[in-house]
Amino acid sequence: MKKILFSLILMMATLQLFAQDNGVEMADTLRNNGKIYVVVICIVIILLGLLAYLFSIDKRLKKIEKESNTGK
Amino acid sequence: MKKTWWKILASVLVVYTAIAGLLLGVPRLAILNETIRNLYFHVPMWFAMIVLFSISVFYSIKSLSTKSEIDDIKAVESVNAGIIFGLLGLVTGAIWAKYTWGQFWSFDPKQNFAAISVLLYFAYLILRNAIDEEQKRAKISAIYNIFAFPMMVVLLFVLPRLKDSLHPGNGGNPGFNSYDLDSRMRMVFYPACLGWILIGYWVYTIRFRIRSIENKQQHN
Repeated sequence: MKKILFSLILMMATLQLFAQDNGVEMADTLRNNGKIYVVVICIVIILLGLLAYLFSIDKRLKKIEKESNTGK
Repeated sequence: MKKTWWKILASVLVVYTAIAGLLLGVPRLAILNETIRNLYFHVPMWFAMIVLFSISVFYSIKSLSTKSEIDDIKAVESVNAGIIFGLLGLVTGAIWAKYTWGQFWSFDPKQNFAAISVLLYFAYLILRNAIDEEQKRAKISAIYNIFAFPMMVVLLFVLPRLKDSLHPGNGGNPGFNSYDLDSRMRMVFYPACLGWILIGYWVYTIRFRIRSIENKQQHN
């Protein structure tokens, strides 16, 4: 476990060196060690939830529309 | 547009922008840094708003000649949906501005004019609520809307360009040229715009359908 951790820390230290391309700071380290994906997953879950909610509203509305058309 | 395929398309596009917008490469620019990705989220809000307001003005003109209540409801509900996107655009713009220009509100011409154009449409809704008689309300608000729309276009696209602005593309240059040079960004930006426009249209259709059922119940 310690070995893995140690090599991981060493890897992260070198990653920062690679990241400096032209002096402009970017979130390279964050993406290289994979953590940006956490944010992406969160955003996608939120979006999917909201979209599913929109679809369900749409479905319910369709039902109500049908009822109000037949109930005349 | 009663089908569901375009709703699924909108969902796919919006989810695609969230993933590709955060993970694909972007140009390395000073000050902007990673916030350049906000282009995929902040700008489509405005496009969605403009499309919804265009739908509104179309139905306002139509309602003047047809005198139909449905066209009038379509005009209001698309403004209602468009204002949400306008407010989201203002808020996201302010947050972006805080970390690149230094202040939430730096009284940038485009910021100010965007706020004014949202207020113009608030005035439209207030005007509607102030008139009780239905036909009069439809006519007056349609005429107001026909005036408000070109005002909005001038405020957002003409006046900011005549002044020095922090927004890109001002002082004579068209649009978002400085970013758009990068073809990687186009791959995300255009789908993002189409996706959010479709989502905006979807919200508008839901609002319109609810309103027409309510209307039907009132008449019964």
